[in-house]
Amino acid sequence: MSTVKRHVISILMENEAGALSRVSGLFSARGYNIESLTVAPTEDNTLSRLTLVTIGNDDIVEQIMKQLHKLVDVVKLMDLDQYSHIEREMMLVKVDVHKQGSCDQVKRLADIFRARIIDVSDKTYTIEVTGSRSKLDGFLQALSEARIIEVVRSGSMGIARGTASLSSPGK
Amino acid sequence: MELTGAEIFVECLKAEGVDTIFGYPGGAVLYIYDALYKEAEHVNHILVRHEQAAVHAAEGYAKSTNKPGVALVTSGPGATNAVTGIADAYMDSVPLVVFTGQVPRHLIGNDAFQEVDIVGITRPCVKHNFLVTDVNDLANTIKKAFYIASTGRPGPVLVDIPKDITTAKCEFSYPETIHIRSYNPTVKGNKRQIRRAIDLMLEAKRPVLYTGGGVILANGAPALLTEFTREIGFPITNTLMGLGAYPATDKQFIGMLGMHGTYEANTAMHESDLIIAIGARFDDRVTGKIEKFCPYAKVIHVDIDPASISKNIKVDVPIVGDVKHVLQDLLEELRSRTERPEPAALKLWWDQINEWRKTDCLKYEQDDQEIRAQYVIEKLWEVTGGEAYVCSDVGQHQMWAAQFYQFDKPNRWINSGGLGTMGFGLPSAMGVQIAHPDATVACVTGDGSIQMNIQELSTCMQYQLPIKIITLNNGYLGMVRQWQEFFYERRYAMSYMDALPDFVKLAEAYGHVGMRIQKPSDVEGALKEAMAMKNRLVFMDFITKREANVYPMVPANAGHNEMILV
Repeated sequence: MSTVKRHVISILMENEAGALSRVSGLFSARGYNIESLTVAPTEDNTLSRLTLVTIGNDDIVEQIMKQLHKLVDVVKLMDLDQYSHIEREMMLVKVDVHKQGSCDQVKRLADIFRARIIDVSDKTYTIEVTGSRSKLDGFLQALSEARIIEVVRSGSMGIARGTASLSSPGK
Repeated sequence: MELTGAEIFVECLKAEGVDTIFGYPGGAVLYIYDALYKEAEHVNHILVRHEQAAVHAAEGYAKSTNKPGVALVTSGPGATNAVTGIADAYMDSVPLVVFTGQVPRHLIGNDAFQEVDIVGITRPCVKHNFLVTDVNDLANTIKKAFYIASTGRPGPVLVDIPKDITTAKCEFSYPETIHIRSYNPTVKGNKRQIRRAIDLMLEAKRPVLYTGGGVILANGAPALLTEFTREIGFPITNTLMGLGAYPATDKQFIGMLGMHGTYEANTAMHESDLIIAIGARFDDRVTGKIEKFCPYAKVIHVDIDPASISKNIKVDVPIVGDVKHVLQDLLEELRSRTERPEPAALKLWWDQINEWRKTDCLKYEQDDQEIRAQYVIEKLWEVTGGEAYVCSDVGQHQMWAAQFYQFDKPNRWINSGGLGTMGFGLPSAMGVQIAHPDATVACVTGDGSIQMNIQELSTCMQYQLPIKIITLNNGYLGMVRQWQEFFYERRYAMSYMDALPDFVKLAEAYGHVGMRIQKPSDVEGALKEAMAMKNRLVFMDFITKREANVYPMVPANAGHNEMILV
């Protein structure tokens, strides 16, 4: 049995009603894990691009790839872990800054993590930060002194480096 | 000219060459039924008594012809009743197009009368499904549905049609061809892999061909399989779904494999050094405990569905492609070689297999008191000359039919293999009889299974379907009872039927002929008498030995070398 690993799978599929539930249904029906799933239309609005993060050994991930490919709505897919790739996630964090000095502290942390403060109220800062999953985890850990009111994470998006691509095949 | 959605629906069926559909009307499909009424001479509609039966009948039609079966049901309960049949077709890769009515578009999501999200409900058990939201898409969607259902690995496709779509109008034109950019099944197998497969076969000392339902589904593949098997001289075993792909009476056939397979087939698999799997999917009823499966063998696997390859068993040579094309290429490759498998090794292997055959693992004794189910099937085979279409329900009788009716031709053995649906037998026999009006169609069933869709006796009367129902009646849910005997210390929890109807009177009440057979000496005569009634459905109630077991058996979690013999 090979080791269990995290895999980032990119899927190009028809932008049709129910397409997303075919993917999520497949995972629940066959007992596969979904760590995160992001989806939005691409430059070709007939296609959606999904980035799905899952965990499994090589055999399971091979089955996941095959089962996904079998879905009639799936046009193309790639396991980004087979390629050199870039992974990004966006996070929005609302923190409580009404305590004396916490404004400066949060501002400083945001600068260190190259995060941006995108909304301010008399009691709160809302911060936008983009990066790898571990960077976002690190930012949340660093913030632990401050009181976090809410966190929104997009889930990972991925793209292969260089010429490798998962591009629209045309209609 | 503009047509209504309902008229377009019928025109599409005509364009697809659909001659028969199975269905049941209801509010959401009334316009469709009205359009069908006007075109009755083109599309023959068979009215069933329950929607599940419509789908099973369509399956019987499809399994016996390899053409897509078509069912039409209404929204809500009509659609949910069809789900078991759809799931059954999904498990057995049956090409099927199921049309469901839906509430009008403006009511969808409104908890309307007879509304159900059937597209959502069936998503995990269809090859694909569609909700039609614009009448302009209707013809194209139906074209896609037939294309998807019948190409690649076949399967059920559901098309949900809201009622207002059936009255909306548009210009009708049926697309001649269709291209779906996201759906391109592989047809031809990889040449290099085919060469590697032949290399392995030529080196093998203890090879076994293990073939499944995929061979039956690929038109023309059984003849090629037979040619290939004879040319290479290997022993061949079939799965439950694959029976008939290779002539069962041929000397190279070593019987069915798996849980109730023959001793020689399972032992040969266990001892083999090369398994050549063709159109089979290493189902758990075939493999037994995965860790103990074929410990010495390399595996070649031919399948049209890449997801079936290396799903349960690690494969050495995967070949993705249409079984028929791959068999053609394998045959060509074999014939291009001068070498053949080493005759001495092959002879040694056959000698060993013939030793195992002497175990006579299917033997049973027919005394003059109680009818043995096996005996009924053997006599059925004799009386029908092995030419009948045998539609089975699920349970002990199914296994006995598989073991004792020797299928020499494909598409003659119609059963619910994957889902194991009790109630499949009779409606599937209707579909077969309608597709083959002059053929002998036998429904082999049990006293439990037959009652799961017994209402279809009424359909059989309406359409004068001369099916021969062979009920092997032991007063038990026999397979459940067998497991309780073996593994639950004979605690027969709910496996006994205490209030069986008088099946003879029941058959007569529906207008059919009923027969009760209680003595072994009457079995053959009764079968002959029933078969002679060419135009009548005959319900034969065979009172069989009560606590009989299906042998041999690979118990759950055991290997092929750990069979229970008798």
